[in-house]
Amino acid sequence: MTKPYLELENLAKSYDGRTHALHSVNLSVAKGEFITFLGPSGSGKTTTLMLIAGFEAASEGEIRVNGASITRVPPHRRDIGIVFQNYALFPHRTALGNVMFPLQMRKMPKAMAAEKARAMLDLVGLARFAERHPREMSGGQQQRVALARALVFDPALLLLDEPLGALDKNLREGLQIEIKRIQRGLGVTTIFVTHDQSEAMAMSDRIVVFEGGRIQQAGAPLEVYNRPANEFVARFVGDSNLLPIRLTDPAAGLGEVAGIGPVRVPAQPGRQAGDRATLLLRPEAFGLPNGEAINAFRMRVGAVVHFGDSALLIGRAGETDVRARLPGLAAQGIAEGTEISLSWSPVSAHLLPAAKES
Amino acid sequence: MSKSLAPAQSSLRSWLLVAPLLVFLTAFFLVPLAQVAVMSVSDPEWGLGHYVDIATDGFHLRVLGDTFLTALIVSLCCLLLGFPLAYAMAAAPPGLAAAMMVVVTMSFWTSFLVRTYAWMVLLGSRGPVAHLFSWFGFTAPELLFTRFSSTVAMTHILLPYMVLSLYGVLKRIEPSLPRSAASLGAPPSFVIRHVVLPLAAPGIVNGLTLVFVLCLGFYVTPILLGSPREQMVAGVIGQQVEEFLAFGEASAMAVVLLASTLVVLGLYHRRFGLDRLWG
Repeated sequence: MTKPYLELENLAKSYDGRTHALHSVNLSVAKGEFITFLGPSGSGKTTTLMLIAGFEAASEGEIRVNGASITRVPPHRRDIGIVFQNYALFPHRTALGNVMFPLQMRKMPKAMAAEKARAMLDLVGLARFAERHPREMSGGQQQRVALARALVFDPALLLLDEPLGALDKNLREGLQIEIKRIQRGLGVTTIFVTHDQSEAMAMSDRIVVFEGGRIQQAGAPLEVYNRPANEFVARFVGDSNLLPIRLTDPAAGLGEVAGIGPVRVPAQPGRQAGDRATLLLRPEAFGLPNGEAINAFRMRVGAVVHFGDSALLIGRAGETDVRARLPGLAAQGIAEGTEISLSWSPVSAHLLPAAKES
Repeated sequence: MSKSLAPAQSSLRSWLLVAPLLVFLTAFFLVPLAQVAVMSVSDPEWGLGHYVDIATDGFHLRVLGDTFLTALIVSLCCLLLGFPLAYAMAAAPPGLAAAMMVVVTMSFWTSFLVRTYAWMVLLGSRGPVAHLFSWFGFTAPELLFTRFSSTVAMTHILLPYMVLSLYGVLKRIEPSLPRSAASLGAPPSFVIRHVVLPLAAPGIVNGLTLVFVLCLGFYVTPILLGSPREQMVAGVIGQQVEEFLAFGEASAMAVVLLASTLVVLGLYHRRFGLDRLWG
């Protein structure tokens, strides 16, 4: 990675001095990177964001931007643009007045501030709405104004706190693309907080998964999806089958799964014969085998859920629950209650450390 | 026929529900009020003489002027003292906010005669304030029976109205608004001036109007604590009734006071709508 731009070092936060909302978080972000903090509520992602913004004081650790510590700098001198879930536009100012606010704070002459603010409103596609008040705009428009306001002063960092949470699905997807486009164009280092894993997958250069006040994994979206660090990440990012596996010959990638039988997985040079682990198979890793396939097994279909482009099959192989997603056409002939053959390719499998049996 | 009567019947029924209150208000409020109005032009003889007196004679005008000035000063003092308190209450964690609310409203529950006497003790010539002065070697200035003492006491008595008005609007301000202002580069003083104050404006106007109107009619506190030279209207009315038996003149002043109050409320109504005055 290039020289870090934003660094979090051993960052911790405790509200009562006993329990920690955040335990020793370490993270380096490169300039221009789009990072997503992903996690359920209470996982520490929003706390981390509030510490970076300066609305909460860190109990321990350092926050550095471009090498300089901002840990004890008050929020109004941190030069960080923030977009809140509820937009937080000033109701007594017009869209233009809102976007001009940070420029006026920086003592920019009024005419110049107005010009710059108009250019930014144009960039988010709201040039025509400059004179409107927030209450006269839709949620999506208000969020664009909030984005323009957070970007107009060329902040050192852009923080987005679940900015799309209050919008409906179609609008969200439109704004996801829009935010990405603007962020790329301006090259602003961005931290995006969400609990929506598909949003995280679609937008991020890197995803940081939070749980229990700790970073569980940080990596590119496909890395997090294909090679999750632990069961929590595997379950939280995407749909998953997590099957207990006993390795018979790790070097050759051979093992045994209850209900399925002998299986072939990627070689596991670090493990011993007899080791137990958890096998992660994404539902879309399964296919209908033609002829003699490896990793083939029989599954009794309990339910078929058709989505049109694909179908989710929920069934059992022996005593093991399996969720498989097949292309819509391939799944059309499959009836509930029948038994079918499924197989998967060894490369689509990923082994996690053995789970404490749940 | 009977069907078309139904709405009339139901409206008759709702009139019956408010009837006891209407009868009560008519008998004990509207009729005496009308009597006062009539008396103001008929006692001791018919004519508008009392009103002409009030409009021309220096004493009456000065009393009216003092009353308005006192009400204005008290309203502003309540705002200056109440705003920081309401702001702290709105920002406090729920438990602390509830405790502060109890303290604020507790002075509400205490009879205001008691509160007035308490100020007489505090500000009296042998009270703790006077002692404090002599402790430092000064002779205590005359605190009691001045505009200062009545203003202090009325501010204290009316402060809860202001605090509750302000608390209502401050509590409704999204916490993310001051935060986002800060993130955009606004120092705390600027956040208060340009974000919190404009959003709290309706509560400020409400509080000022409530305190001003209530203050205009104050009787006991200025009588007991105030300066005899700077009387307020209600006190003068009482004096004229009790000491001079000048019912006509007293009635005329009462009507003027009532009219002034209605003018203030009318202005408020034109601009904001009276239904919002009590939050």
